[in-house]
Amino acid sequence: MEKIFSHPKSLKKAVFHYCPGCGHSIIHRITCEVIDELGIQDRAIGVPPPGCSVFAYYYFDVDMVESAHGRGAAVATGIKRAYPESIVFTYQGDGDLAAIGTTETLHAANRGENITAIFINNAVYGMTGGQMAPTTMLGMKTTTSPFGRDGKLEGYPIKMSEIVAQVLGSCYVERVAVNSPANIRKAKKAIKKAFQNQIGGKGYSLVEILSPCPTNWKMSPVKAWQWVDEVMSKEFPLGLIKDTTGKPSAD
Amino acid sequence: MTGNAAIGEAAIRAGCQSYFGYPITPQNELTEYMAANLSRRSGCSFVQAESEIAAINMVYGASVAGVRTMTSSSSPGISLKQEGISYLAACQLPGVIVNMSRGGPGLGSISAAQSDYFQSTRGGGHGDYRTIVLGPGSVQELADLTHHAFELSDKYFIPVIILGDGMLGQMMEPLEFKHEAPEVPPVRQNALRGAKDRPSRFVRTFTSNPPDLEELNWSLFRRYQLLQKQEVKWENYMTEDARLIVTAFGIAARIAKGAIKQARAMGLKVGMFRPITLWPFPNDQLKELSNTTKYFLDFEMNMGQMIEDVKLSLEGRGDISFHGRPGGVIPTPSEVLRVITRIYYQKGLN
Amino acid sequence: MKGQIEINRELCKGCEICIYFCPKKLITLSDQLNAAGYLPSAFNDSGECTGCATCATVCPEVAIEVYCG
Repeated sequence: MEKIFSHPKSLKKAVFHYCPGCGHSIIHRITCEVIDELGIQDRAIGVPPPGCSVFAYYYFDVDMVESAHGRGAAVATGIKRAYPESIVFTYQGDGDLAAIGTTETLHAANRGENITAIFINNAVYGMTGGQMAPTTMLGMKTTTSPFGRDGKLEGYPIKMSEIVAQVLGSCYVERVAVNSPANIRKAKKAIKKAFQNQIGGKGYSLVEILSPCPTNWKMSPVKAWQWVDEVMSKEFPLGLIKDTTGKPSAD
Repeated sequence: MTGNAAIGEAAIRAGCQSYFGYPITPQNELTEYMAANLSRRSGCSFVQAESEIAAINMVYGASVAGVRTMTSSSSPGISLKQEGISYLAACQLPGVIVNMSRGGPGLGSISAAQSDYFQSTRGGGHGDYRTIVLGPGSVQELADLTHHAFELSDKYFIPVIILGDGMLGQMMEPLEFKHEAPEVPPVRQNALRGAKDRPSRFVRTFTSNPPDLEELNWSLFRRYQLLQKQEVKWENYMTEDARLIVTAFGIAARIAKGAIKQARAMGLKVGMFRPITLWPFPNDQLKELSNTTKYFLDFEMNMGQMIEDVKLSLEGRGDISFHGRPGGVIPTPSEVLRVITRIYYQKGLN
Repeated sequence: MKGQIEINRELCKGCEICIYFCPKKLITLSDQLNAAGYLPSAFNDSGECTGCATCATVCPEVAIEVYCG
């Protein structure tokens, strides 16, 4: 028998510190598979955020640099402007990219910075214990919206992908999820396209990934994965939002 | 050339590869100079960022990727950059930050002031760190110290702040550039440029193990001690026989010099001690002057900030008077002369 | 196509996602704790595995290797 599934080369063999059923480790793995397939391990530079994935550099076997909260897009801009041959990607949570980092995200997209943004949306601030996030849905109880998010008091869930798609410098925006085998395969395709766009100098690419957070959603992993289908993707519809690159990914 | 433009030209000649800025009075001419002269240089880039916060984080990114990089702003914008500066210091990354300071606090005034001395020298951001702080006093010095800033920053892996002010930035004086721009901007050896033919690396400050952070702090501290020993710069002006020594930096020192010349013409034995590195502060060199006289007059365009370093240096051995004008009010040499004369006679130095 | 998988029981955190998604229901939860204190998944090698690799695709810990032939 032939081994048909194994550990990607650019993923370090370290035990993940993530919770059982967390989407981060899936996304790390498929991103590393993409890095392997595109042969960019030696020029990839990743920018992880403060958050559960602050330790992404223990897992991605590529150069990485920590960023201040929300500033990943600016840090990535600095790296790419200094060394355009690099393949720079940010890896950001929803608080990071769509609350404190909204300005940096929009403007990097607006300038068409040739970078790849991987946006992990789990509708809460995970690492700090489950506070309300810009993508928290109405009625959802979190530690800072203990009575359920009320639009009038706490605002509404932000559809960051749709917003980024509005600025002309963004060339590719897609929303995917990692809560089923089919979705994971689609997510990987989207991530691959986002990296291929950078290699081809097409501009700013954003892949928003709905990611299960069993611990802060207070569900079992299986229930959390189901909840992405049953609830989250109704608020954040999956699918291609923008593609001005002119051609499909060469798979 | 104006001071602001001189900084820009000096930076380009020092091999600055990228500049990230944002409009704020009174340093816009520097941002505009870089837009005109850096952005089309081969291999270089200019970005007008969406905020001063974004700009300092772009500096951080460019520095990680190994190039000489710079940002500039004025007082309120420098406040915004403090987190980013703390990160640069923590990650031991070079970078040059220019502050053409203006009146504060708050939105303040657009006129020159020196009220960012604390912000600059006490590490305006969080954590135990220092940045080198240079205090130029002329357009020539703006150019020379800009070059020096890049050199020091790369040599010691520490961010460097050039603490200018609105007046220096707008002044037009003849100057001479002592360096030519390199054909290709230099790239630092330990840059993060992709794990080619080497294991991957990461740059970070966060640790879940406090003893590791303690070790980092000690290592930074040892470097700061080395800087204190090796890199202080100062100027003694007519201090050899002075009965009263003025302590001042930057534009205030320039104004004071005018007053001191007139005082000397009147027969008053006045001199000036001017720190050029505000951090590391030339403590020993100032302390030595207390052998000449114990009478000092600290003159600053603020409510009294550098005076704390003057007091620390003199270790209680000085009689220190203070004259300050905050808010962006520019004192004249005559005003300073009046103060010098008053103190001189009050203290019985005649 | 015959398939086989190997689950690294020490990496497994017992999230049960692979159990949920296996089309042939060939994975169950072990009753032996691993060193991290989880009850890991265990493969029932009944010969029905087709090597579809669904389990490995959904495993967050990259704890499953898949063989096919």
